[in-house]
Amino acid sequence: MDVRVIIFVIFAIAAVAGAISMVLARNPVHSAFGLLMTMFAIAVFYIMNGAHFVAALQIMIYAGAVMTLFLFVIMLVGVDTSDEAEEHIPYQRPLAMILGSGLLILIVASGIQTWVNAAAQTGRGSLGTIENVSDELFGTWLLPFEATIFLLTIAAVGTIGLAQFAFNLRVASGDDDE
Amino acid sequence: MSFAVLLTVKVLAVLGLMLGGALVVIYAELKVGAHMQNRIGPYFAGGRFGWAQPFADALKFMQKEDLVPDGADDRVYKLAPYVVLMGTIGVFVVLPLSPRFVARDLDLGAFYALAISSLTTLGVLMAGWSSNNKYSLIGGLRAAAQLIAYELPLVLAVVAVAIQAGTLSISGIIEAQAAPAFSIGELNVALPYILTGQIIGFAIFVVASLAELSRIPFDMPIAESELTMGFVTEYSSIRFAMFFLAEYAGMVSMSALATAFYLGGYQLPGLSATAVEVLGPVIFISKVFLLSFLFIWLRWTLPRFREDQLQSLAWRWLIPAALLNIAITATFKVVF
Repeated sequence: MDVRVIIFVIFAIAAVAGAISMVLARNPVHSAFGLLMTMFAIAVFYIMNGAHFVAALQIMIYAGAVMTLFLFVIMLVGVDTSDEAEEHIPYQRPLAMILGSGLLILIVASGIQTWVNAAAQTGRGSLGTIENVSDELFGTWLLPFEATIFLLTIAAVGTIGLAQFAFNLRVASGDDDE
Repeated sequence: MSFAVLLTVKVLAVLGLMLGGALVVIYAELKVGAHMQNRIGPYFAGGRFGWAQPFADALKFMQKEDLVPDGADDRVYKLAPYVVLMGTIGVFVVLPLSPRFVARDLDLGAFYALAISSLTTLGVLMAGWSSNNKYSLIGGLRAAAQLIAYELPLVLAVVAVAIQAGTLSISGIIEAQAAPAFSIGELNVALPYILTGQIIGFAIFVVASLAELSRIPFDMPIAESELTMGFVTEYSSIRFAMFFLAEYAGMVSMSALATAFYLGGYQLPGLSATAVEVLGPVIFISKVFLLSFLFIWLRWTLPRFREDQLQSLAWRWLIPAALLNIAITATFKVVF
């Protein structure tokens, strides 16, 4: 059998298992690791499709930054407090089922559209190399890219401002711990 | 050569480089540290100069019982050392020892190396949290805060190198340093990046990589006088040895990255291309051990930082300096 097929099967199982364990795990830290496993498996798929840069981004951003932040917050807040499994929204389960099945239908429909009905695409080998991505990002999509940067900066500054504002309020009213 | 054979050879070469480098650096740490404190250090193991001390230590660790503390999160606890070691081994895959002696020459090698080494943070957090020990948890959180803070100057310092070289491939960056920096008449002189404008970048990279490795003076996460051993407190036996190995292999990989980015990698000024083909690995490894010696030297010389000093050094000095370095490098790149 082709090596690529073997690798794909292994990591496809890992991706699905990670996703299922993320939903089913009782402990939020275990959920986080389930998500991480899925992210890694997807990074492997990116590599198999020639998108090395996207795969490295996936690892750096999800494994390096987002997951570390998740875990940091979970550990800082403490896991024991999240044991309450009570559901506060009564229509949560039916709503989740409807939305979930809707998503499933969409994914299957788009999958059929792409892989079954459409003609086979060729010659798009190294779509995700660093030169191609940067050409698209800093050429075709420069304006939206810069707009996103400004939006994120504004959001970060706003967060700091709000935190500082709340802190000043607490200091002024005198119920700060310090 | 078939795929399987090639894969086996490459995996063995990468593992050999990592283990060999780490063992040499561990021995150097014992011996150099001892001499800096006017001691002799390992002397009897192996018959001469105590050369077998790292092997003896490794054997001793393997004989110990592999304990899991009561109330620890079993799976996460057992997985953590592997994650830390994986983040370290991953870097060795893209290190070019000579123009052709490289396991995989990715066109974004520098980016990949930094991405994969950020996994270490995750493993450290896992170890700290799953040990069910307050010292471990505090150590793990400190380590995470420190590694996140110092990853920024590390990456930003490399950005300046990538701008100057015009590529993210590690061998591409090394090749770019072989281009003549200036000429005297007929003689073209090629200089490594540390001498052609990246001296600030090199300083930032070395300081940040010291912090990434949690070595003195940045070893707040495992400060033994207040946290016993931080996130490795509860580990014993082979799992402790894996953390230990990851630390020293990390020293080798960080030195190797600094060598490739700033010291010209396998190049040596005045050496022809054919000579580099043959002598490349020797030159590269010598430079790596020279930098490792610098790390060891710093460890046995400096006292430990305080947690707030450590954070303010990263956020208020190194990151602005790295950004300034990028701006200056980019300006020079565009103007000249």
